[in-house]
Amino acid sequence: MADLAVMLVKVVAAFGALLLLAAYMTWAERRVFALVQVRYGPNRVGPAGLLQPIADGIKLMFKESVIPAQADKLIFVLAPLVSLVPAMAAFAVIPFGSSVTLFGRQVDLIVADVNVGVLYIFALSGIGVYGIVLGAWASNSKYPLLGGLRSAAQLISYELSLGMSLLGVVLIAGSLSLKDIVAAQAHYPFILLQPLGFLLFLVCMLAETNRSPFDLPEAESELTGGFHTEYSSMHFAMYFLAEYCSMITLSAVAATFFLGGWRGPLLPPVVWFLVKVVAFMFFFMWVRATTPRLRYDQLMGFGWKVLLPLAILNVVATAGVMAFLG
Amino acid sequence: MLAEIARGLWLTLKHSWRSRVTVQYPDEREEMPKGYRGLHKLLRWEDGLERCVGCKLCSAACPVDCIFVESAENDPARPTSKGERYASVYEINELRCIFCGYCEEACPVGAIVLGNEYEFCQDHRDKFLYAKRDLLVRRTEDYPELKARYDEKRLLTYV
Repeated sequence: MADLAVMLVKVVAAFGALLLLAAYMTWAERRVFALVQVRYGPNRVGPAGLLQPIADGIKLMFKESVIPAQADKLIFVLAPLVSLVPAMAAFAVIPFGSSVTLFGRQVDLIVADVNVGVLYIFALSGIGVYGIVLGAWASNSKYPLLGGLRSAAQLISYELSLGMSLLGVVLIAGSLSLKDIVAAQAHYPFILLQPLGFLLFLVCMLAETNRSPFDLPEAESELTGGFHTEYSSMHFAMYFLAEYCSMITLSAVAATFFLGGWRGPLLPPVVWFLVKVVAFMFFFMWVRATTPRLRYDQLMGFGWKVLLPLAILNVVATAGVMAFLG
Repeated sequence: MLAEIARGLWLTLKHSWRSRVTVQYPDEREEMPKGYRGLHKLLRWEDGLERCVGCKLCSAACPVDCIFVESAENDPARPTSKGERYASVYEINELRCIFCGYCEEACPVGAIVLGNEYEFCQDHRDKFLYAKRDLLVRRTEDYPELKARYDEKRLLTYV
């Protein structure tokens, strides 16, 4: 019973924090954008514009949800959920701190220590694609459909390299559990052993979350809004949240695999974890503010001809060195 | 490609340290340039008499016909303007006005000028019909920026 209560508290706290962070990342993104463009960004609602996400949320909630007459209504409504739920659920296996003692109980700061955590994350991010494709198809409109098709092709191509780029770390740590991977980085972060893997992961995670320069599924200059063209109100907000949640989750994965997760000197583990995640989020925004969108053939060519061979090379080299060292 | 992206990232990072170009509008305002053509003002002489002598040249010069003037004879005992006549009715439809400044150029006494004011939104069309009491300033000296609008020496004074 007590275990269940602890579990519930952890789930609520982790997902509450995730949602809050995702909401505030929309604010942060606009501020970072403005920073690069020599503007201020939202700074009117509350101090430094900090209440902006809440104002946006209220606005979206009170907007009318328009469902196109020709749309497949059930799938149209469910698709954003299919995107959002896996994006949030993937966060469950990420350790966001060391264990703490609460009311005389040892509590690990991880929602679920799955022994195949890496696979779990990839499985869920694979499901996330369905949300986009289903939503795109159910809209019964050409722009979303094109966006959805691109999304499917892009995610399939880049998920391979994404998984491969993490395999090196898995080989070194000898475990698929994220908790063990953090434990294996007690002395030094794996970025030192896997610089290529880190770089590959960085690129793939941009593509995996449909972020610039790989934001072809929602390329607004050619596809209006891409897969979410027909969406409005909270259905749209769910897609938006899903994008930010998966960004946060992948940032957390990057921090966990390459930067030692919650490990760090002086500051408490949870703070270190947050610092690393936010740093990756800043990277996402920084890149988006800098790069133009890739052309579709460049995207595919880069994914299959550059990233994948490099990722495979990285895995083979790592495995070779591991075997050599015994 | 990576080197180029890195260069781009460095450039955007450098930009983020620049001082902002934004003017935080309701809190801070930029000074209007000298020739700015905003809301009209009807000016007075320094002794308080109205400059407008009701000649209707502004109305004639107006390309969109937004100025309506009706003139009346001055009461010699208590004159309103320095000329023979004064504007008993002076109306400008600010919705129609294109702020070309021709009225200002046509005015022989420097009575009508386009001021610096640009914040005169209203919630009803009728409210854009500015009557004389809306346009006439209390004291010209209160608007030093309007001094540059007319050349005192050029004015044909009717005094």
